Amino acid sequence: MDISFRIRRYNPEAGRTKPYWQEFELNDVEPSHRVLELLHRVKWEQDGTLAFRRSCSSGICGSDAMRINGRNALACKLLARDVGPKIQVEPILGLRVIKDLIVDMEPFLAHYRQVLPWFVNDGPLPADGRERLQAQEDKDLITDSTNCILCAACTTSCPSFWANGEYVGPAAIVQAHRFLFDTRDTGDDARLDALGAPDGVWRCRTIFNCTPACPRGIEVTRAIGEVKLAVRKGATAGIIDPATIKQQH
Amino acid sequence: MQTHQFDALIVGAGGAGLMAALYASQGGAKVAVVSKLYPTRSHTGAALGGIGAALGNHEEDRPEWHMYDTVKGGDYLADQDAVRVLGEEAVDAVIELEHMGLPFDRTSEGRISQRRFGGHTSNFGEKAVRRACHSADRTGHMILQTLYQQCLRNEVRFFDEYQVVDLLLNQGVACGAVAIKLGSGEFHCFNAKATLFATGGWGRVWQVTSNAHSLTGDGAAIVLRRGLPLEDMEFYQFHPTGLYGLGVLLTEGIRGEGGVLLNRHGERFMERYAPTIKDLASRDVVSRSMYLELRDGKGIRGSDYLHLDIRPETVNRYLAEAGETRRIDEDFIARNLAETLEVCRTYAGVDPLQEPMPVQPTAHYAMGGIPTNVNAEVIVDAAGKVMQGLYAAGEVACVSCHGANRLGTNSLVDLVVFGRRGGKRIANFVREAPLIPPPMDAAEEVRAEFERIRNSEGSSRPGELRAQMQSLMMTHVGVFRSADGMRQGRDAVLELRQRFLQDLGIDDRGQVFNTDLMEAWELGCLLDTAVVTAECALAREESRGAHSREDFRERDDANWMVHSLISSQASGLVTEQLELALNHDKSVDRSLEAEDERFAPKERVY
Ligand SMILES: Cc1cc2nc3c(=O)[nH]c(=O)nc-3n(C[C@H](O)[C@H](O)[C@H](O)COP(=O)(O)OP(=O)(O)OC[C@H]3O[C@@H](n4cnc5c(N)ncnc54)[C@H](O)[C@@H]3O)c2cc1C
Ligand code: SF4
Ligand code: FES
Repeated sequence: MDISFRIRRYNPEAGRTKPYWQEFELNDVEPSHRVLELLHRVKWEQDGTLAFRRSCSSGICGSDAMRINGRNALACKLLARDVGPKIQVEPILGLRVIKDLIVDMEPFLAHYRQVLPWFVNDGPLPADGRERLQAQEDKDLITDSTNCILCAACTTSCPSFWANGEYVGPAAIVQAHRFLFDTRDTGDDARLDALGAPDGVWRCRTIFNCTPACPRGIEVTRAIGEVKLAVRKGATAGIIDPATIKQQH
Repeated sequence: MQTHQFDALIVGAGGAGLMAALYASQGGAKVAVVSKLYPTRSHTGAALGGIGAALGNHEEDRPEWHMYDTVKGGDYLADQDAVRVLGEEAVDAVIELEHMGLPFDRTSEGRISQRRFGGHTSNFGEKAVRRACHSADRTGHMILQTLYQQCLRNEVRFFDEYQVVDLLLNQGVACGAVAIKLGSGEFHCFNAKATLFATGGWGRVWQVTSNAHSLTGDGAAIVLRRGLPLEDMEFYQFHPTGLYGLGVLLTEGIRGEGGVLLNRHGERFMERYAPTIKDLASRDVVSRSMYLELRDGKGIRGSDYLHLDIRPETVNRYLAEAGETRRIDEDFIARNLAETLEVCRTYAGVDPLQEPMPVQPTAHYAMGGIPTNVNAEVIVDAAGKVMQGLYAAGEVACVSCHGANRLGTNSLVDLVVFGRRGGKRIANFVREAPLIPPPMDAAEEVRAEFERIRNSEGSSRPGELRAQMQSLMMTHVGVFRSADGMRQGRDAVLELRQRFLQDLGIDDRGQVFNTDLMEAWELGCLLDTAVVTAECALAREESRGAHSREDFRERDDANWMVHSLISSQASGLVTEQLELALNHDKSVDRSLEAEDERFAPKERVY
């Protein structure tokens, strides 16, 4: 199939100080080709100056979140047949564009660090020198949120974040969820404080953009809801009903 | 040029780099991690199936059995001192990951859950054993995340999206590296007492690969260009089950859970090649068997792929046939192989619960690399002389715990065990060692090379050169090799390298995120890595592990129980002639064999 590509370009060095659209035509595209491969074809065959991030090309590293036909996605997880024959690509919204499809990730990562995203348990280790015990059902409470790859697709699809970049955003809350509901972790107090702050979890207006944006299929809005409850109660026990955890089909 | 001073510089933020950074910082060192990708985007995150350790959470297991499997899997080329460390410290390292919060799956007693994996057996090859500790099929992702989180907690300094392009040497010792800040194009000098390379592999040398675009052999090429040797570069592993056409990996865990490989007749052909453990024979064996099936015209629809079948009805039939009581259902697959289902549905439009998956071998893992001893210290000759201040760990390193072929789950073990050792060693070293200043004009040579590329106006585009190299290497230096083919391949790749030096042309002359420039520089690294791979492969006149020669079909223990060391004698960073020197003076450590004759080389049957 033939594809016509419309790509949002911006190059701070090239004299043109404003972003602009550029069109590219690609012939002989297999329907099974990933949008990422098509971007590579543009870059390698037509215009080497096109800049975008990518690494794994299989939806696991989180480098290539972009707005494709108006919706956030990983370019390596969308196939030509799913979007084709006209594809419009632009950078994710709400973060400063540095060049073409590359945005400044630092504010996003600063929010991530704000929720203290690391495991804390300074209590004594098991005397037998082995692993801590945990029931599979308890581990399952966080299986969904541990899958986050920090691609920023959720946060940059959120109108509350667009309106106020100080809001920690869905991704940071998902990351916090992973620790708050880890039955082995003891660092909840500091995390709940961070999330209860004015730019924390309450800026979420439950608009639901984040869940469909997530390329990992994480139930982002649900996670945010559970974190809100935890902040309100000041504790995490009993919030998640194990029976409602989604089966990963 | 901005200069930064640290006790320790860690180049690369995958599992190996982060583990080293964590332990060096816990040991009191001031640590910088420099990475061309954001740390959580490193390819360790793609590792699926598990990390091997003889925890024995389901059935009896022992570190010695893990060592035996590793030595045998490596076709007796692994250094047994390193294998001993790997086996002994794996258990402890995995427990430590759990203590850091890694969300492992659990057994009914709440212990870390383990699954079977290729080549892992109990009691010296008797039967397959459950040794791979896992978190669904996302184990690497969990390791990467956990280590990054702990590094943040330990206030390790990160320089994200800085790409190292040269190693600094002064007075014969390593004293840091030169990096480019990708966002601005500026050169930065990192001056450190200890520098550890953990830059990962170079699967992008080949056309069909499981490796990320970013795995371009930078670390190996940088070290080679500074006159240091690389070890065992001929040993490159092809994983049996890449998704057909794309190379995206389908984990060995699929076979670990009972999945089987089938040819066009629906025959489980591995029963013929490996009667005891069948589909779970080591990777080189399975990949070769697949090639032989394809060569016999037994590919699906006469084409160049085979089937991998995990449908419950198929798996349960074979389990029943084998007299096993275990059965699987769709739920079990959905829980344990979630990533696999997702990948197949997205990229191949195949639902593994309904139909078999189309697979072909895919370039996967470098056994060779920068030679080190068991403390991650880089060594420069066959006698094991240490290069002061320089360390390497992870896939870019060759401590040789994998020998001629790595077992599944052993790379993640390698990262954490030797990354940790490197970090601890560095913490000790920097306490006493002086900071050697960088040489004058530290970045001059590499800057000149970058200006050459940036301003290149020739007619050879990097994308085209890269594609040609990948196809040549796939055909001539892939699963099966012969002298004629390899010579042809090497000469053609050398020609591409000439074009890279003389006729390159790129478009982007800018400074900010000039990915055109960086990709072209990476292509140079790939070309150098490809050339040394072909050269080493051509010289080794035997078949061993992943190195399989049609003109020398047998393993030759009398002449070839030795490692290859290749180095470039060229004076200058990127030169017309690589002036390669290759020797086979480094012998294999056989300390386990000296204590227990079961570790002695035997014919490998599975
Ligand atoms: C799909 C797949 C599945 C796998 N599954 C398993 C498994 O189940 N079990 C197992 O044991 N092994 C598995 N492996 C192998 C294993 O994942 C890798 O060998 C291992 O993760 C490599 O880790 P590393 O730390 O050495 O490098 P990587 O994780 O590749 O990290 C390399 C780092 O170096 C940085 N870097 C590279 N070049 C530069 C430069 N020039 N300047 C600055 N930074 C640089 C990168 O940014 C990155 O941070 C798998 C591999 C693949 C591809
Ligand atoms: S929750 Fe999903 S969309 Fe958001 S950062 Fe994580 S993986 Fe990306
Ligand atoms: S390139 Fe890694 S997620 Fe797309």
